[in-house]
Amino acid sequence: MSTTAVELVGLSKSFGDVTAVDGVDLEIRDGEFFSMLGPSGSGKTTVLRMIAGFEQPTSGRVHLAGQDVTGRPPFARDVNTVFQDYALFPHMDVLANVEYGLRVKKVPRAERRERATAALEAVQLGDLAARRPTQLSGGQRQRVALARALVNRPKVLLLDEPLGALDLKLRRSMQLELKQIQRDVGITFVFVTHDQEEALTMSDRIAVFRDGRIEQVAAPADLYESPASPFVAGFVGTSNLLEGEAAHTVLGRRGVFSIRPEKIHLGDEVGDDDATAPGVVQDVVYLGSVNHYLVELDAGPTLTVLRQNLRGTTHEAMALRGQRVTVGWAPEHVIELDQERQGQQHQELEES
Amino acid sequence: MTRSVLLAFSALVLLFVYAPLALVVLNSFNTSRTFEWPPPGFTTKWWSAAVDSEGARNAIVVSLEVALVATVIALVLGTMAALALQRFRFFGRDTVSLLIILPIALPGVVTGIALANAFLTMFGIELGMLTLVVSHATFCIVTVFNNAIARLRRLGGNLEEASMDLGAGTFRTFWSVTLPMMRSALLAGALLSFALSFDEIIVTTFTAGQGIQTLPIWIYQNLFRPNQAPVVNVVAAALIVLSIVPIWLSQKLAGTDESVAAAR
Repeated sequence: MSTTAVELVGLSKSFGDVTAVDGVDLEIRDGEFFSMLGPSGSGKTTVLRMIAGFEQPTSGRVHLAGQDVTGRPPFARDVNTVFQDYALFPHMDVLANVEYGLRVKKVPRAERRERATAALEAVQLGDLAARRPTQLSGGQRQRVALARALVNRPKVLLLDEPLGALDLKLRRSMQLELKQIQRDVGITFVFVTHDQEEALTMSDRIAVFRDGRIEQVAAPADLYESPASPFVAGFVGTSNLLEGEAAHTVLGRRGVFSIRPEKIHLGDEVGDDDATAPGVVQDVVYLGSVNHYLVELDAGPTLTVLRQNLRGTTHEAMALRGQRVTVGWAPEHVIELDQERQGQQHQELEES
Repeated sequence: MTRSVLLAFSALVLLFVYAPLALVVLNSFNTSRTFEWPPPGFTTKWWSAAVDSEGARNAIVVSLEVALVATVIALVLGTMAALALQRFRFFGRDTVSLLIILPIALPGVVTGIALANAFLTMFGIELGMLTLVVSHATFCIVTVFNNAIARLRRLGGNLEEASMDLGAGTFRTFWSVTLPMMRSALLAGALLSFALSFDEIIVTTFTAGQGIQTLPIWIYQNLFRPNQAPVVNVVAAALIVLSIVPIWLSQKLAGTDESVAAAR
């Protein structure tokens, strides 16, 4: 039976006139890899900083493992943070950095050394213990920051876009490694990111933030397959919105709908049971393993269609540009989005 | 072509700055009491005379004391002011910052008269060592403050947050993280502050009172006495040699300082 590691109750934070976080309620379970996903300025980092204790909420409470820690300073909370820029102490070597938390807590020297060394080995940096942070690469610094936090065995580990500064390849491998480490140590991870792919890859559950509020909390597959709002549909993946008159023409229904690009069939792939619509291929975007086809429907909206490059040549794919095509999809892949907020939200989406 | 012009120009500038200083050192061995040129002969008798001169010795001790105490006061207050101004946003913050820096820009005569008047009339304190040290501290703070706040701005608050996040309280964080990160900046500020105080003459004239003679004042008073001129010259020569040490030291420190590069 899982218990609650972090509970946020009506959490709000204003900086002067600006409301960064606006009434967030959230329960993060013990041992889960939880991501807070959202565009910059959506309040996710501020929420993380309030959990860590760096910011005091304007109103609302923060509970850790059932205890109200709202007024407590960072050093009186059983959480540790991996900072976006790592914040390693440049005047200490790697081992001293990792030992810092234990030294502050007066852990005996021998045990301290042992645990710090073990933590460094867990992130494969055992032989760099005597180096200074300045002598490390970005990926290595990232691992030191992780070891420095994990060595304290916190109940919750907070990670503030820790992979943001790494290049794509390293980021991918660190994503898997982070997930692996999280499984091994069994600590609750709260991970802040603006990268939807990163969140989908690693998380057990994801909270999507927007304008200081949570739009939806769900497991990655649920978030992708049944987004609660056009914003979530657009932020997690490509949304392909159909609405208003166009929705009525194409789908025969009124409302706001989304069809994922990979669910749309093109030309000869259209099945017998598919709902179909005619259109013109406006552009073909070559992406290596897949192509994106931008199809402007006769009914108005443009849909992105994703097709794997299984057959045919790139040349053939490109030749589709400007051609009339029929697109189709299985009716069950049409996602109906939250009706009541549609008008206002779609407008904002278009503006942004 | 441009290169040789640049070289020649640099050489000229350096010559212009350092030839007079070299002359001071050379003249300290000049047998002629009136610094005849070219020197008729060389002697070390002025150096032994200087070592034996009680006035010079006392003045050096007084100057060292004043500079040291003023620097310590400046270090404590300047660092604290920088921390406060960096960390907290409050009404009048920029004004306070300006007020701290202002004393170094004000003419020494004005500061000197103002301070002397305040001491004598407002507080009723006799001019002496205390008033002198306090007066020097007013402009010594500026160098420490400027160095400290520049470093703090470059560091940001992240390292301190990391320290607190790892369980360290406010004081532990200050001793283990903030202070070590500021060390080289504070040292540079302190060296500059020491140098400022050591050769200060204008404010000193107004605030030292009768009994106290700092080295610059002693030099100034003895420079035009024919008997003392060679000894003054020796003291000047010694000071040139001595000043090279802290400058060399601070350069060396700046070179090996990792904290700034690492904070980026």
